[in-house]
Amino acid sequence: MTDKRASVEDMVGELRPGMTVGFGGWGSRRKPMAVVRALVRAGISDLTVVSYGGPDVGLLCAAGLVRKVVFGFVTLDSIALDPHFRAARQQGRIEAMEVDEGMLYLGLLAAAQRLPFLPTRAGLGSDVMVVNPQLRTVRSPYDDGEELVAMPALELDAAFVHCNRADRHGNGQMLGPDPFFDDLFLGAAQRRFLTAEAVVEPGRLTESGPLQTVVVHRLLTDAVAEAPMGAHFTSCPPDYGRDEGFQRRYAQAAGDEARWEEFAGRFLGIDEEAYRAALSP
Amino acid sequence: MSEVTRAEVCAVACAEAWRGDGEVLASPFGLVPSLGARLARLTFEPDLVLTDGEAALVANTPPLSAGADDMVREAPMPYRRVFDVVWSGRRHIMMMASQIDRFGNQNLSAIGDWRRPTTQLIGVRGSPGNTVNHTTSYWVPAHSRRVFAEKVDMVSGVGYDRAARFPAAARFHEVRVVVTNLAVLDFDTPDRAMRVRSVHPGVSVDEVRQATGFDLVVPEEVPHSRLPSAEELELMREVLDPEAAARGEVPG
Repeated sequence: MTDKRASVEDMVGELRPGMTVGFGGWGSRRKPMAVVRALVRAGISDLTVVSYGGPDVGLLCAAGLVRKVVFGFVTLDSIALDPHFRAARQQGRIEAMEVDEGMLYLGLLAAAQRLPFLPTRAGLGSDVMVVNPQLRTVRSPYDDGEELVAMPALELDAAFVHCNRADRHGNGQMLGPDPFFDDLFLGAAQRRFLTAEAVVEPGRLTESGPLQTVVVHRLLTDAVAEAPMGAHFTSCPPDYGRDEGFQRRYAQAAGDEARWEEFAGRFLGIDEEAYRAALSP
Repeated sequence: MSEVTRAEVCAVACAEAWRGDGEVLASPFGLVPSLGARLARLTFEPDLVLTDGEAALVANTPPLSAGADDMVREAPMPYRRVFDVVWSGRRHIMMMASQIDRFGNQNLSAIGDWRRPTTQLIGVRGSPGNTVNHTTSYWVPAHSRRVFAEKVDMVSGVGYDRAARFPAAARFHEVRVVVTNLAVLDFDTPDRAMRVRSVHPGVSVDEVRQATGFDLVVPEEVPHSRLPSAEELELMREVLDPEAAARGEVPG
């Protein structure tokens, strides 16, 4: 069976400027931050980012790597608004496709099922249909004749998901309470990348949780990397909670070039091993 | 018992929003709506379904200050399953609003020109889908002309005039009430324009008018919002919110 182990740098090395990239997680929860940091180091720019947005979006905006964000919200949870994303929007530095968060779900599902669109009521009557003139409606072919939103497939060039445990064949385990939409991000993408707190021997995932916690199966992954603290500073239960102190530093680094340079110099110019070392007191 | 606070009146008004709903998912945003939903469940709506704020439904009715260990979980409710509930209609959400207009259109997304906003807010979130799939109410802790606007900058939650343009949107659309620190408002008018249903004790209709950026429908007789019963006061003060955290949202 194929050994899909790779490094985070190998994964990011497959990306090219201008690609459309999806990130798993939700807000400031279980975000593939080791990958986001590697993207910043590699300086891959002009990205279209699809996300239930958290600091993945904010950090890439702050680093100037984002052309467009596809989102329903961007939040840090314990801090309601991500100041880096706000600054990018308010300064007109990025384009946006803003949709209902259920529409985002259906767009990923359509892509994962190789459908052109999925119908939904969500969006009807709202300005989501005004600010995204590319969105169309479709009429039911049945007797009801209802006019519904045709949410287009959100096809991704690459998707990144972080999980608690994985094996080298690309099975991934979520031990926290919510798997979010991570399997759909992988399903919607051409290249599917999984990072994990730990990579264990095949067949041993059931030692850390019941089989149904293995939310990602190997049909959904092309490569897997071990990335301890790979979701830091977002939460990754039960391995660790959100690092609120670090998140505050991240947020406070917005809007001031000197503070951002200090933050980026200390935490973003270094590899993951050095990053983990920089976290310990 | 000491005097009833404005926060307690608001919590009862929020609880009343869920009256008659039966077994639906109650999704309150903000401390006062959270207190109200729990109060409704402990009194006249015992079948209301609540979450732990994370990814599960809870069997108990924990106090506002409850930590993870105080939650008795009855079923998982990860975000993907929340959408199943949203689209099934078995939900009544009480959201906040950065702006809301006379027909109940709400904005959570951005202030100013959407293409380059002067203030980027959290985003439309689930507002477009919520409002056309199940009952929606709103909680506005500081009633002002800034929030109650003639026109909202980015329609996130759909109001009555917008829903009327799409039969598929109007089919399950209901904006029930808007509860504020001053009053309870509804849309029980021929053209579905916002109306003053009641003013909280100590508030005049004129105060509500002054704090609203459009013309409200005002009936000849505007009652006062009801006061909490002795049982409700005891539940709020001794069980659900002994620290009076809800007063942080509505002083006075």
